[in-house]
Amino acid sequence: MNYHWNWWIFFEPSLDGTNTYLTTLFWGLGWTAATAIVAFAIALVLGSIVGVARTAPIGWMQRAGTIFVEIFRNIPLLVQMFLWYFVLPEILPRDAGMWLKQLPNAQFYTAAVCLGFYHAARMAEVVRAGLLSLSRGQKMAGQALGLTLPQTYRYVLLPVAYRIVVPAITSEFLSCTKNTSVGIAIGLVELTGTARAMQENTFQVFEAFAAATVLYLALNMVIVFAMRAVEKSAVIPGLGNRVAGRGR
Amino acid sequence: MSMITLRDVSKTYGDFRVLSGCSTSVSKGEVVVVCGPSGSGKSTLIKTINGLEPIDSGNITVDGTAVSSPTTNLPLLRAKVGMVFQHFELFPHLNIRENLALAQIKVLKRPRDTALEKGAALLERVGLSAHAEKFPGQLSGGQQQRVAIARALAMDPIAMLFDEPTSALDPEMINEVLDVMVELARDGMTMMVVTHEMGFARKVANRVIFMDRGEIVEDADKNEFFGKPRSERAQQFLSKILVH
Amino acid sequence: MLSGFDFQTIVNALPYLFLTGMTFTLTLTLFATIGGMIFGTLLAVMRSSDNRILSGIAGGYVNLLRSLPLVLVIFWFYFLVPFLAQWLTGSSSPVRVDPFWSSVITFTLFEACYFCEIVRSGIQSLPRGQTLAASALGMTDRQALIYVILPQALRNMLPLILTQTIILFQDTSLVYVLSITDFLGAAAKIAQRDGRLLEMYVFAAFVYFVISLIASQAVKRLQKRVAIIR
Repeated sequence: MNYHWNWWIFFEPSLDGTNTYLTTLFWGLGWTAATAIVAFAIALVLGSIVGVARTAPIGWMQRAGTIFVEIFRNIPLLVQMFLWYFVLPEILPRDAGMWLKQLPNAQFYTAAVCLGFYHAARMAEVVRAGLLSLSRGQKMAGQALGLTLPQTYRYVLLPVAYRIVVPAITSEFLSCTKNTSVGIAIGLVELTGTARAMQENTFQVFEAFAAATVLYLALNMVIVFAMRAVEKSAVIPGLGNRVAGRGR
Repeated sequence: MSMITLRDVSKTYGDFRVLSGCSTSVSKGEVVVVCGPSGSGKSTLIKTINGLEPIDSGNITVDGTAVSSPTTNLPLLRAKVGMVFQHFELFPHLNIRENLALAQIKVLKRPRDTALEKGAALLERVGLSAHAEKFPGQLSGGQQQRVAIARALAMDPIAMLFDEPTSALDPEMINEVLDVMVELARDGMTMMVVTHEMGFARKVANRVIFMDRGEIVEDADKNEFFGKPRSERAQQFLSKILVH
Repeated sequence: MLSGFDFQTIVNALPYLFLTGMTFTLTLTLFATIGGMIFGTLLAVMRSSDNRILSGIAGGYVNLLRSLPLVLVIFWFYFLVPFLAQWLTGSSSPVRVDPFWSSVITFTLFEACYFCEIVRSGIQSLPRGQTLAASALGMTDRQALIYVILPQALRNMLPLILTQTIILFQDTSLVYVLSITDFLGAAAKIAQRDGRLLEMYVFAAFVYFVISLIASQAVKRLQKRVAIIR
């Protein structure tokens, strides 16, 4: 093979003139992590609301939840990214549109919100699966004690449902982290993007992508360990670890 | 002539001894019933005979072939010994006809037509000809177990092993399966049957083996066993299951 | 806002969008599904095997690729495939591979990991008695796998396999990062040429939505039917 390996490339200054390529890769990793965390926070909150709505005994709420899930699940993430980034400012009133376009770090906010909504639809399915795996008796028992329906969800159903679906939440978080790389298409300088830029500037293809690969694996491991700790601290004695739902 | 011989067979799962020093034999044409409390190792014992459960020590021969010898061609041996399982284990993705034909074609290399013909004949014998095109999930438990017996018979086995063939069945279906087995015994098939159906044992068994905690406690002629079992454990067991 | 929505742009672009773009997207989806299923089933069998080396290789491969973003994997293979082709053909320099086939290889190798996990869970969900029954009839391990285990595992997993195919259909849009003209790539090219981002991206989203929704509803119906038969 006529490929020239050069592992020292990481210590050469990158195009921005101040940082080495290694430093830019870590900046990329930082943006990846930040985007993933903000996006997943949105996904958890929004996904829980939609998931609850889909199991609530109220017709219009169920329908609204279903429509939300179907829209965000059946359009490719990249297309959604374009809609948020290119189309949304166009259809907003002029002033709001201008404000959006001039926002500093617009790519970051757009990617985080877009991923947040995308994964909210999937989290909704996870939460719903968790709620449906509980026996109907739980809901009745809550209400028989005089709790309102929202209270029953808040104090009886959701605390158990979340614990049941922790493995699925973990895999959603992992998937969300990987999906931040789609932000490359709107110019987000996350990990894959920095590796790609390094490859384009130096032609050291395999060094750049190998470094990104290692960093992604490390990030995965951190998430898995962190979620395992969450799972352990949330264990309810005597309640078997039933697994409901599965995410990519 | 001894068809199946077990000599000093032992097996452990970790610290747990499932079988310890089991020896017995089954002659050609003989029907042997194996009974005992649950967890006594009787299901494990019968699965060692066609090598579905490996053993730690001792030896087992079937029709002169050593089962646990590494040179033995196990698929070949298993093709000669029929087995019927507690949960039938028909193949749910194949209809009844195909269930009966599959191993004949793939293992015995019979032509498809011959296999289907043989299957049809056996289905007739267990009284289920009308169901040839159905899938296992569409039959009752008793019907499925009769198909499973026919599937084993289609291989022209030299002996049949039954592992609690009626214990997963609703009470009203037990007899249709036992009837088939009784008929098989009367036709001279060599059979080893793990079961709690003492009526079946009384009717057709030659010998009864009683197991407890992985040991063969009693291995006696049928009349002797039901007359007055020697061991206290067998007496207790019999009094428990014969009361009702 | 909608008053400015220019439907004529979309109408004019239809032949290019569908004949060039959607054709690429659908053929890529089809080829990668078939390739991914075959390779994925092979990986699943390897992972379930008693041979430590085989299951270790398959497990390592699947876990590695499942840990990486598809975008990064697309870049990896885009640059690797020419070198692989050079190595396979014994050519003296990296071989230029047609973008379509490069994409097919990439998606086959990537999706195989997801198909592998589906098939493997299908195998694991079968009761052990099925394997025992097949062995008791004298079948070898290979015969039991081919005639008894895999047909059931694949059938039980059919809804999940099809759902994965819908995900794959959506994922193919990521070839955009290589400037390949799939359906989205075609829409993006027109959007930039005519300065009609709003129309083209909304239309692209609508088309993906309709196809994925119809397909996923069909899978749901199939799932119910399968559940009844069992």
